[in-house]
This record gives sequence, C-alpha cells and structure tokens, in this order.
Amino acid sequence: MNRKQLITAFLKFLPEEAVLYEVEDLRPYECDALSAYRQLPMIVVLPRTEAEIATILQVCHAGQVPVVARGSGTGLAGGALPHAEGVLLSLARLNRILDIDPAACSARVQPGVRNLAISEAAASYGMYYAPDPSSQIACSIGGNVAENSGGVHCLKYGLTVHNILRLRVLTIEGDVLEIGADALDSPGFDLLALMTGSEGMLGIVTEITVKLLPKPETVKLVMAVFDDISKAGDAVANVIQAGIIPAGMEMMDKITIHAVEDFVHAGYDLEGAAILLCESDGMAEEVADEIKQIQTILQASGAVRISLARDEAERQLFWAGRKAAFPAAGRVSPDYYCMDGTIPRKHLAHVLEQIEQLSAEYGLRCMNVFHAGDGNLHPLILYDANQPGELEKAEAFGARILEICIQSGGSLTGEHGVGIEKLNQMCLQFNDAERDLFHAVKAAFDPQSLLNPGKAIPELHRCAEFGAMHVHQGAEKFPDIPRF
Amino acid sequence: MQDQAILDQLIQAVTAAAEHKQALCIRGSGSKDFYGNPQALQLPALNTATWQGIVDYEPSELVVTARAGTPLAELEKLLHDHGQMLAFEPPYFNASATLGGCIAAGLSGPRRAYTGAVRDYVLGIKLLDGQGRILSFGGRVMKNVAGYDVSRLMAGAMGTLGVLLEVSLKVLPRPAVERTLCIQTDMLQAIETMRRCAAEPLPVSATCFHENQLYVRLSGAESAVRTAHARLGGDQIKDKESHEENLWESIRNHTHPFFQQGKLNGKSLWRLSVKSTTSPLSLPGEQLIEWGGALRWLVTDKDTDAAVIRTHAADAGGHATLFHGNKTITPVFHPLSPALLKIHQRLKQQFDPTGILNPQRLYTEF
Repeated sequence: MNRKQLITAFLKFLPEEAVLYEVEDLRPYECDALSAYRQLPMIVVLPRTEAEIATILQVCHAGQVPVVARGSGTGLAGGALPHAEGVLLSLARLNRILDIDPAACSARVQPGVRNLAISEAAASYGMYYAPDPSSQIACSIGGNVAENSGGVHCLKYGLTVHNILRLRVLTIEGDVLEIGADALDSPGFDLLALMTGSEGMLGIVTEITVKLLPKPETVKLVMAVFDDISKAGDAVANVIQAGIIPAGMEMMDKITIHAVEDFVHAGYDLEGAAILLCESDGMAEEVADEIKQIQTILQASGAVRISLARDEAERQLFWAGRKAAFPAAGRVSPDYYCMDGTIPRKHLAHVLEQIEQLSAEYGLRCMNVFHAGDGNLHPLILYDANQPGELEKAEAFGARILEICIQSGGSLTGEHGVGIEKLNQMCLQFNDAERDLFHAVKAAFDPQSLLNPGKAIPELHRCAEFGAMHVHQGAEKFPDIPRF
Repeated sequence: MQDQAILDQLIQAVTAAAEHKQALCIRGSGSKDFYGNPQALQLPALNTATWQGIVDYEPSELVVTARAGTPLAELEKLLHDHGQMLAFEPPYFNASATLGGCIAAGLSGPRRAYTGAVRDYVLGIKLLDGQGRILSFGGRVMKNVAGYDVSRLMAGAMGTLGVLLEVSLKVLPRPAVERTLCIQTDMLQAIETMRRCAAEPLPVSATCFHENQLYVRLSGAESAVRTAHARLGGDQIKDKESHEENLWESIRNHTHPFFQQGKLNGKSLWRLSVKSTTSPLSLPGEQLIEWGGALRWLVTDKDTDAAVIRTHAADAGGHATLFHGNKTITPVFHPLSPALLKIHQRLKQQFDPTGILNPQRLYTEF
C-alpha cells in the first residue's frame, strides 16, 4: 500500500486534522527524547478513540504497513523512533481518565494520560499512583507500560508491572485482548507481565487500569555525606540488612555533587566523596522510628555528616540536587552520554573503581548517579563532540561500562529501555537462542512484525556489530523536565 | 550424582521427549499434583526435585537464587535465619513443596493483597525450553528492562512453557512485629472493613473473614502496629489462645477446617478471584474471604453448576478455579476468550513446538 492510498484510507474515517503527511507536520514526530536518532514517518495519525485505532490497525495490517506507537515522546532510548515506510500512531489524544474507583483503589485510564495527572486526579481521595519516573509531568502512562518505568520509589513500591491491574490491548491482527483483571490475578499466562516493558512490539494498549495507593501520612528525608564512596555503598547494604526498605535511596559521587551544587545550591557538602539520600514514609510514629534507625546505621557506617530535612521545603531542596543531575551534566560539559546499567549493589564500589580507571584511561570525566536502593547506575560520561576523537572515546568508554554491568551480574538497561539505542548491547546480554525466543514471543502476537519493527530485540546479523550512540547537549528534547 | 550429570539428564530427557514426541509431566515433589487438569499426571514424569540447592544469596541485595528442585522449606528457613522472607507467602500444601512448583503454580498466600504475588518477586529465570535449550531471562537485579519479561511469564504457566531450572527472587525483611486482630462482624461489613483497611496507609498484611469473624494481621514496626490496632479496634488474638501463627498458616496451606471440608468426597473447593469490592456472592455453600475481599473461597456440593460459579466470578470482574472436586465435568481453569486462547496456543508453540511439556495441565487446548 503506498502513501497516497494509505492517506485516502485513513481520511475515510479520520478527520483531516488527525492525518498528517506534509513534511512540516511530520517534523515534530521525527524523534522521541533521544533526538540523536531522527526519522520522518510516512504518515502520522492522531486517533481519539479505540475504534479509530482498530481501523487504523486494520488498514495497516491489510497493507502490511509498519506501525510505531508513541505516547508523549519522552522516551530516552528511541523506542518511538518512526519507521520511514510506516505509520506513527500517536496515542496522545486518548488522554481521558475514564474512572477512578477509590473503594477498589484503582483508576481506569487511556494510554495518553500523563503519569502525574493520575496522581493529581486521585489526590482528592487521598491516593496516588506510585511509579514516578523523572519525566512524570510529561510522560504518558501508555509509555510507562511500554517501558516498565520505575522512579525513585520503586524499591519499596515497585515498577509499572507491579502497579497495573489490567490492560486492554489491540493486536495488529484485529483482536481485542483483555489482559489482567479487576481481580488480583487472571487465568492463563501472565500476559500482563509480558506486555509491560514490551516497547510497543506486541500490541497497542488502549486502556489501562492502574492500582492506587493511599498517600503516606508522613515523609522524611535524611542526607548523609561520606568521605569514601565505598562506605556509602556499605551504608546502603547496612540499612537494608537491618530490615529497612526505604521509600527511596539515592547516591551521588563527588563530581556529581559539585556539578549539581553549582547549579541548584542545595547545600551539599562539597568535601564529600558521596552523598546518600534516604527517604522514609508511612505512619508518623513508624517514620520517626525508622528515621532514627537509619540515622544510627548511617552514623555507624561512617557518615561524616547527617542532616534530616527540617521541613517539606528542605526535603524538596535536598531532592532538587539529585533530580538536577542530568541537566547539571549538560552544564559542565558540552556533551554527555547517559548509561542506564543495573548491578548487584555489592559490586558498586568495584564497578565505580573500574569506571574511575576507565575514566583515566579514556581521559574523560564521568559523573555517577545511582538509584542505590535498586542497583540502577546512571554514569554520565562527559565529553566534547567538537574535540576530534572524543565522541568515539566516549562510545568505547560507555560500551566498557555496560560490559562491566553485565559481567557483574547486572543488566544493560534498568529503566530506559532498549529501543533503538541499546540494540547492540542486547547481543552481549543474551545469546542467539534467547534472542531467538524473544523473536518467537513477538511472532506470537505479531507474526508479520508490523509493530515497531527493528526495536528492542536485535536481529542476529546485527549482533556482529557493537556500538552506541550519544546524547548531545541541547539535542535532548524536553530539557526542562527533570531527569534522574 | 554430580550436578552436571543431573542437568545433563534433564536436558537429555527433554531432548529425547521432543524427538519422540513423548509428552512429559514435570514434577518436583508432587505436592501440587492435585492442582490443574489431571490428564498430564498420566504421563511419564520428569523429576526435577534432584536439581536443588541455593545458588546465591546475599541478604543485603534482597535477592536469592536457587535451583527449582530446592525445597521451599529449605529456602524459607535460610531466609528466616537472615531475618528475611518470601513476601508472597507461598502455599506449600505439603512440606515437601519445591521452589519450581511454587513458581509454576503461581499461587500466593495471605500476604498477597498487601505485598504482591509470586510473579511480582520473580527477577530472573533459567529454563529448559521444549527443545532442551537452556535459556536465561531477567537477572539478579531489581530493575531490568532488557528484552521481554519471560521470567514473570513462567509464574503460573504450570510448566507448559519450559522446565524451570533456576529462579531468582526478590526477598523482603521480615516485619519486626506481627499482631492479629479479630473483629466480630457479618460478611457485608467485613468486606467494607477490609476495603477501608486498603484505602488507608495501615500496615495490614493479611485479612480473612470466616464465620462472622474478621481477622486482620498487622505487620511492621512496633509503633505502626500499635497505632493501627488502636485505629481499627478489635481484639488481639493471643498466641496461646488460638495459635495466631497457625491461623494464617492454616489458611495459607489449606489445613484450616474450612479447606479440609472442601477436600471431602461430595464437595468441591472453588477459588474465586474477584474485584475486592464485590458484594457477598450468593452461591450455595460456605465461603471464606481473603485478600481484602479479592479472594473468595467456596466450599460447595460437587454437583453445584460450574457455569453458575464461573458466571458469578466473571460478573465480579474475575475468574473461578476448581481447586478440589470433580475435574472430569469441568476444566480446572476459567476458560479464556478466543483471542487470548489464540495467543496462549501460539506462545506454547514457540516455547515448546512439539507440545511435550505438561500438555493440558493448564488448558486442554494445549
């Protein structure tokens, strides 16, 4: 089916303004937040209803046209990069909260609803939606499902997969799948888990039922400064070993502390080698006890300074620095390359040591921010693409970091997804048979590989290559969204 | 036998079975033989109980990795010794239960509504697919979005997609204090109270309603438990009087008289998983409610029409499973929609092309 035929077919059931095909109209859709990769789609469609989506899929299936779904376009891995011969299916207009059921602690929403909008709507019932990816003011819940998004509170409250009950999914073949249930489980295979994090490769989610949690009564934040990053790593282990699951636990290394303090003036100790932020939430009495316990453990673990945020304003200030780490990297360096590896926490000191050695070897600085509670490391390699050879060095450096993460028993991506960006590294983490099975899973849902083809799982031939791409300063869209 | 020899034997058994299209019944200790469609039990067994042992456990990582044949009791004892637990409180049904069976059955205990299900704690899996290939998915880290979530797909798949070899699970610290309250009430009011418990940030870790008694277990810091008790009211059950631990254990493992009754001849035990706020279901027989209202157990005459029970469950946003009873007259698991069945059959075909792994255990169609 050619472009003209497709446009005609779409205009039969979509209003003119919902079918974009002129280059200037397509331009805003050429990339997601990983703008190093750009590709104009053939056509963009902007449906408002599930019925319209169903017809779009029917047309594309009949014409064997690739379909790439897109939510808010805040993804960091190029998962929503358009297909040159394909249709970009924007779900942004399906942005209604259909129902909030405070009695059942759930909300039924359309995929284009913003993550934060759910919590805002639930607030009047004293409830909220727990996963809080850093881009939550802009990112859509449909995109969260596609990436299995986390946030700073996921050690205690889980990822998207733990916080959704039900999905309504359209397959490219025209079936409606009701996956999950209003009950806590459903018969058959756990397709809810399979769909979550599947990066738009298996089906188009048209409706999502999310779990809501009662808002904690009290939230307190402790900041601890360490003169040695391995002590900070041990402190994290000690807190957990003491039987505490903090609501959030975040770490920054020295270079990050300096970069963000210059930027947000959070009052961080510039002498520190590492700063650990540790949050507790729950009932007032419980939080008071837990904070006391945490302070004792941090002290015993060798913290040189421990501060408890006096009030909500100071709590926000302590967090502000951590949340500004990515923009701060952009301020201190012309370019930075963000990695998203996960490691077992016990290897933190060793991994950081190796990163430091590599940093010296490649002559490039590297800031490390760490979701310490769940072992998700974001090394930000600082470089200048205008210096000949630096880009290649940063690439090689990043590749080595990912190898270290995989070797230490971790994963190449904790929360950003594979998308188009990390396809090559997938070859390291999975062998031929495992990737083969991933393709087989896709084939069970999408036998002709029309949904988001070429993403998330590399083809065998691709695994001969190894490379990585970079995020350039100013090239990232939504620069005003906090990234952590 | 050496480890490698045991593994080789498993691989050979699966490879040979695939070659000869001789289907197998994957079996750990057999503690859940009663669960699922019985046809597969007639097949030659693939014994996985010998593939056992803790592979890795680092309490501060909150992750344990063990082979599928590892007795659940051994695993839980290890965690207990380090002040940790499997937060989904898996039922054993029999002291010999293995980790593999626990994951394959995908069943969770009393704590499920408050801390999550088996699948929520699965981080990684190593399995043998239907071609005898060893494949690993997920890992030993909390966050991992590389590739499709095949690990969690194994939870509740009843062994139809692969022979589980090794499982990595997230574990949690055991709560400092646990206290069980008992509130006298009727079913309607109990469901309302359970709902209220869920809508407030209270440290509730289990609820059960049976014979006009609502039991609420509180778990957490001493201060939190004390405050929550004051807010909820009710009498604390003293260990000595009614064996507090035994109450939850008996519900978890179905040794409670209610469940025992459901195993008797002439009776059926149905598990109805429904939306938590569902009003009392008017079905013939006796009910026990768990999971804040989301799990309704029904002991009824074996002749009670399965279709009626399933309709009630479906109308309540859920599904019904025949746990114990006459499995020749109705399939164990709630029928799937044609669209979902198609996906199930295709996935089965991809993981196990010759259909040798636990055929029909989950659905008679595959």
